[in-house]
Amino acid sequence: MNRVDGRLKVTGAARFTAEFTPPNTAYGVILQSTIAHGRIGRMDVGKAEHADGVLGVITPRNAPKLPGAESRISILQNSNVEYNNQPIGVVVAESYEQAVHAAALIKVRYDFLPSKLDFQSGFVRGYPGTHNGEPGDLAFGDIDEGLSHAEVRIDQVYRTPIMHHNPMEPHASVAQWDGDRLTIHDTTQNISGHKQKLAAIFGIPAENVHVVSVFLGGGFGCKGEVWSHSVLAAMAARYVRRPVKLVLDRPQMFGPVGARPQTYQHLTLGAGRDGKLTAIRHEVLAHTSYIEDYLESSAFPTRVMYACPNVSTMHRLVQLNLGTPTYARAPGVATGTYAIEVAMDELAYALRMDPLALRQANYAEVDPHSKLPFTGKHLDECYSRGADRFGWSKRNPEPGSMREESSGLRIGWGMATETYPANRRPASALVRMKPDGRVLVACGTHEIGGGTYSMLAQVAAETLGISADRIDVQLGDTLLPEAPISAGSMTAASVTPAVQAAATQLKAKLQGRSANPNDAVEAEAKVAPDEMLKQKASPHSFGAVFAEVAVDPELGTVKVRRIVAVYDVGRVINEQTGRSQFIGGIVWGISLALHENTLVDARTGRVANGNLSEYHVPVNADIGEIDVSALNIPDMVFNSVGARGIGEIGITGTAAAISNAVFHATGIRVRDLPITLDKLNTHQQSR
Amino acid sequence: MFPFEYDRPTQQEKVIDALSHSNRTKILAGGTNLVDLMKNGVEQPERLVDINRLDLTTIAQLDDGGVRLGALAHNSDTANHPLIRERYPLLSQAILSGASPQLRNMATNGGNLLQRTRCYYFTDSGFPQCNKRLPGSGCGAIEGFNRIHAILGGSSQCVATHPSDMCVALAALDATVRVQSSKGVRTIEFPNFHRLPGDTPRLDTNLEPDELILSIDLPPSRFASHSHYLKIRDRASYAFALVSVAAALEMDDEKIRTARIALGGVAHKPWRATEVEKELVGRRAERTLFELAARLAVRDARPLNHNMFKVELVPHAIVRALSLAGGVA
Repeated sequence: MNRVDGRLKVTGAARFTAEFTPPNTAYGVILQSTIAHGRIGRMDVGKAEHADGVLGVITPRNAPKLPGAESRISILQNSNVEYNNQPIGVVVAESYEQAVHAAALIKVRYDFLPSKLDFQSGFVRGYPGTHNGEPGDLAFGDIDEGLSHAEVRIDQVYRTPIMHHNPMEPHASVAQWDGDRLTIHDTTQNISGHKQKLAAIFGIPAENVHVVSVFLGGGFGCKGEVWSHSVLAAMAARYVRRPVKLVLDRPQMFGPVGARPQTYQHLTLGAGRDGKLTAIRHEVLAHTSYIEDYLESSAFPTRVMYACPNVSTMHRLVQLNLGTPTYARAPGVATGTYAIEVAMDELAYALRMDPLALRQANYAEVDPHSKLPFTGKHLDECYSRGADRFGWSKRNPEPGSMREESSGLRIGWGMATETYPANRRPASALVRMKPDGRVLVACGTHEIGGGTYSMLAQVAAETLGISADRIDVQLGDTLLPEAPISAGSMTAASVTPAVQAAATQLKAKLQGRSANPNDAVEAEAKVAPDEMLKQKASPHSFGAVFAEVAVDPELGTVKVRRIVAVYDVGRVINEQTGRSQFIGGIVWGISLALHENTLVDARTGRVANGNLSEYHVPVNADIGEIDVSALNIPDMVFNSVGARGIGEIGITGTAAAISNAVFHATGIRVRDLPITLDKLNTHQQSR
Repeated sequence: MFPFEYDRPTQQEKVIDALSHSNRTKILAGGTNLVDLMKNGVEQPERLVDINRLDLTTIAQLDDGGVRLGALAHNSDTANHPLIRERYPLLSQAILSGASPQLRNMATNGGNLLQRTRCYYFTDSGFPQCNKRLPGSGCGAIEGFNRIHAILGGSSQCVATHPSDMCVALAALDATVRVQSSKGVRTIEFPNFHRLPGDTPRLDTNLEPDELILSIDLPPSRFASHSHYLKIRDRASYAFALVSVAAALEMDDEKIRTARIALGGVAHKPWRATEVEKELVGRRAERTLFELAARLAVRDARPLNHNMFKVELVPHAIVRALSLAGGVA
């Protein structure tokens, strides 16, 4: 089935948050700090207040005190500066241009405090943390025993840089008050959570907050939390007593709306000569801010990937004067699978064993920690099918051995395992048969680009036994039945069972009724995951990814020519949008391997490359052939639709497969991402 | 963005008059760089003189057999013009390796010469230091992120690079720049058009404040059959050069009669590797010669903390570009 919102999107008819303009809208612009740590000594706002069109200048001096203010976001409740680019004021004017101009007229004087910006020297300050309530430290078996029995060991450090999500659509809020009722169009992956948090911050009942987000131009995790701009838009709207639209520009997004934190990952693998793992130790240091703890859970995938009896995982947080990091596509798993899957490749070379065979030798039939069976796991088939499609058996394992005679390029083949947990939360949906024969599906979930509109129409259509073009879908509005945050690859797994249940109930209601009822008939269902499932089975998705790179031995340039990936994610509900999700994840993996790198100036804490010209993500010309397929074996243990979710698994493992391919091509092991030509160039031998 | 006056004259004299009356007047052509810099406060002109109504868009053959590129001809029209594709493929390649199709459709030839550096510390007015943006404030890059910065011709005040690809080809093609002021028309040799930073990094070029670029003139083509533009960057498109090489050879059978090598991404201006050129003249075009000569390009290199790799990369890039230009395997 084709994407139902495709036409709306390509014709520009789909309205994104910043395109909503209530009558009498004023425009807000955020003023941001230019130092990393200190206090605002004085702000000269006189010129700004008197500039053309200015309706108000809000700073910590005059900002309304908010009853439920959280210190985790910068909403002008005090004069502290904890990171560079932190919001420190809002200017509201009749036009956006007037607000921008007035903001530039404000002079800020700071009282500087020493800032902590160096990650490595902060390691001594590291402290434990949790990720979504899960402990950062977890061990099973006996790691020392496992290491002492190892005949071969790998002991290496891998690093990943800070990365900013950069969805195509920047963050935006359009806020409007009616008495103490707030309506906010917002770029959020979590309208229900947004509603609760905004209500708490402004001290009003949750039912007074109406959040709307009907299309999102990408989120990737950075639109999951409530950030400063949403609160500041609402604060400004109340201050000037008009609707206020506040849209971040691209450079404003480098700091106050999250990032994937940098990691330093120490991996120790122990194995017997037969390749069987005897021990895995994965120790992670990741940065967070001084405002809030966010843990990049890079060692979490290590707990589930291989049949190893002795596993030790540990995480430490290092506070820096930077904006709070946050969930970014496959949080923890993207960076963690990079590290462990490169370490596995190193182990394969140390053992003189094929990298795929090493993984097969350590195949986990059950969850290595809980010892529970998986809800459904067919990774073995992903390995074999992927290897076939890629032609892995023709690989000469010797690094630098595969050359393209015509061009002089060195060819490298690498592979990795992919994994992502299957998540699911309670969700509600309503399905209504209207007198005109059309069906409405309503659910307070989100369209973050993944294809939710299409998927809900499709599941309702197949349950009701009607054509999907008779179905209209409404989502992204807190007036609709409640659904969870669209994150953690859980939208499909959470929401489609609710739509299925509501449609099933509606079908029963319609039975025995006349074909053309005069009144609408509807059913609403709330479906929650089986709490007992956790004690019975372990829900995880897996996949196998193979990469071919061509490296120019003189120039150091790397081209990813080919990716083959095969996924076991349960049922793929919509082939078209699912395929796009896999490909998008892989492109993110290429980006993680070769391109993305936020440069934080060590003296000022300011992002040096905070724009899309210098913050590199791949362009079309960087992307070669991508061959994705899914086994499409429904996981009926996990939920009634059989789908485990597909949004994030594509980025996992991919950076490792590319990194391993670069090693295979060159014999050079780059252990800090991204792999840029200078890291290869300094090692390269010319022909 | 700060408020500014805007004017769109139809006569050159009006433009020159406006330029000579205020040093805070800026010319607007394609706007692909200036408008960005105005948005983030780096450029704050009092007055913009939009020259798009002037008749400077022609690309035509000159009496001497060369070609004149109008200052207002768009980059894309220039790159795809039959005269350029046939006689100056190096220029065509260089232009098409820069920016994106959308930007090239807007950007003009004159504007391309006046692009400002993409040094992080220059383009973001949130950084306290940049001698180019705030003379006397210091250089943020020398002790900061300088992976993309100059290895040749830098100074203690500035290590920025010139971002243009087109200009690297123009330097190799012995172009001249024709400019007009109230005093008349003068011609500037390309190597004298852009400046090294020295102790006046705020100045990118030797253009006088009241001078308007009329055209870029190319001498008769000598290199059409043996030239190559090689651009090395962090991604395949839409990225500035870490190192680029414009290589042009005039061959006399197997021997090199004339050689031109210009480098991008390594200096405050397109950098002519004249010592390499001299080494090549009169010799047989072969890889061993290229490898020997290419080393000379970085003999005086002064790398910074993060751009040492350019010292290694430049010779490799020159050898590759020469090999492709000369058809040497």
